[in-house]
Amino acid sequence: MADSTHMDVSYIAHLARIHLADGEAELFQGQLDQVLKYVEQLGELDVSNVEPTAHAMALVNVLRADTPRPSLDHDAVIANAPASRDGQILVPKIME
Amino acid sequence: MAGLNTKTISELAALLEQGKCTSVEIVTDVLATIDAHDGKIGAYLTIDRAAALAQAVAADQARAAGKKGALLGIPLAIKDLLNVKGQPCTCSSKIIEGYIAPYDATAIAKLREAGAVFLGRVNMDEFAMGSSTESSAFKKTRNPWNTDHVPGGSSGGSAASVAADEAVAALGSDTGGSIRQPAAFCGCVGLKPTYGMISRYGLTAFASSLDQIGPITKTVKDSAILLTAMAGKDEMDSTSIDLPVPNFAKDLTADHSLKGMKLGLPKEYFVEGMDPEVEASVRSAVEHCKKLGAEIVEVSLPHSKYAIAVYYIIATAEASANLARFDGIRYGLRKDGADPIELYGKTRAAGFGPEVKRRIILGTYVLSSGYYDAYYLRAQKVRTLIRNDFTEAFKQCDAILAPVTPTPAYRIGEKTADPLKMYLDDILTTPVNLAGICGLSVPCGFSSSGLPIGLQILGDSFQEANILKVGHAYEQTTDWHRRKPAL
Repeated sequence: MADSTHMDVSYIAHLARIHLADGEAELFQGQLDQVLKYVEQLGELDVSNVEPTAHAMALVNVLRADTPRPSLDHDAVIANAPASRDGQILVPKIME
Repeated sequence: MAGLNTKTISELAALLEQGKCTSVEIVTDVLATIDAHDGKIGAYLTIDRAAALAQAVAADQARAAGKKGALLGIPLAIKDLLNVKGQPCTCSSKIIEGYIAPYDATAIAKLREAGAVFLGRVNMDEFAMGSSTESSAFKKTRNPWNTDHVPGGSSGGSAASVAADEAVAALGSDTGGSIRQPAAFCGCVGLKPTYGMISRYGLTAFASSLDQIGPITKTVKDSAILLTAMAGKDEMDSTSIDLPVPNFAKDLTADHSLKGMKLGLPKEYFVEGMDPEVEASVRSAVEHCKKLGAEIVEVSLPHSKYAIAVYYIIATAEASANLARFDGIRYGLRKDGADPIELYGKTRAAGFGPEVKRRIILGTYVLSSGYYDAYYLRAQKVRTLIRNDFTEAFKQCDAILAPVTPTPAYRIGEKTADPLKMYLDDILTTPVNLAGICGLSVPCGFSSSGLPIGLQILGDSFQEANILKVGHAYEQTTDWHRRKPAL
């Protein structure tokens, strides 16, 4: 296992794009350090010859014919957007 | 006919078929019960009265025109993460409050085709992350058997609505026990089907390699009816499996003999700290199955104790990726910022509750550079060992009997301050999701304080028929499922 059971919560929250409120980082730090300490027990097992399981059913390359079909109702989709104009979702500027 | 809401799907199907009641009458009774009790129980987030009654009228008309079917005109409560076209789908989260589903989930579309009526949206833990429904951003749901206690979770609204007869049956989803545990806490029947049995299209994703949709019902037969209606291959979910779907309900006959069946008892599932009343009820259910003719064999699932650690690595890793879509751009809440990065951070800060934030942060950490091998890859390897345990066990038996939870429903607020403590309660349900197999929770007793206790029946992949057979035989020769809470 990792040598440390302590994560930098503020840094990880930044990676996850979550601004933490005052006190939240400290609260999560204590709780998550406890969880990391708990999961350390997986280190007891010798898994050097074990294949990982990513999925309950082994599936490879599920393909379908590339044929056109109706998509979702445009108005119903746009109605859920926080901001829209002319039937399109309005987003903040990403470059000057 | 009064009290139609207290009946089961199969009872109502017979009454409807014989012309002794109408769907409108059933829905009317259900809505009246919601009005009378939901202020106390808090199962529903929104109730779509007009649409429900219109669907009931349509079902009655279709029946008059010759349409048949066990679900025609039956009202169901839907967990708030399954898309029902035209209804809200908030996952009990502020980040997607106000969202109106633009399409039906495949499971919903199939039920709609069968003529089922969609009553409204029931409460859940935010994004299905929790075991008590207390992480809902909107309201508390209470256990109908004792309103000081939690209904379980994350499908707590689904189980509470069925237990309080505020729905004839409900749909939930199960990622680590979220159908079976609330069913056990509320005295209902809960089925987590095999991974791939029911299409996940339209189910808001929490942990994609673990999530399954399933029913919460009053009887095992009702569970079989809903499973039959929802199962099958769907090209919108590439993990759905192309197998013939039998009529699971038809196989549940009046013959309650379990002769010729071998039922495994895993010694690892009677964990330290288990409530003695839970253990006694489950052991007595095992004896009961023996009297019905089953042979009881001891089996071993030696890696069970690692399931919680594996689960909280894999589920949070997958959740951190799945919930990246809630960024304030396409739907739901948006909190403006100076640039898109700040917009994301502020939106997600305001929109997610503490449990969701905690899990996203943990999931991001276990996938992050330098920690991936130590946490995520190792957890996936131990997941293989947990699967192998079940493969070995099912060489010796047709189904496995176990408790669902170490204790009956606990008090509201009792575990919210200590997330790890709440996680540890999932010890008996998470291995099933990690292995991808099926599991059923059936009422098997009550604690001395009157809270329900559940028996868990586990089957190998796509062996739902086995667990339904055992559950049905047990249920029909006991009367736990007939008891109703005093509301």
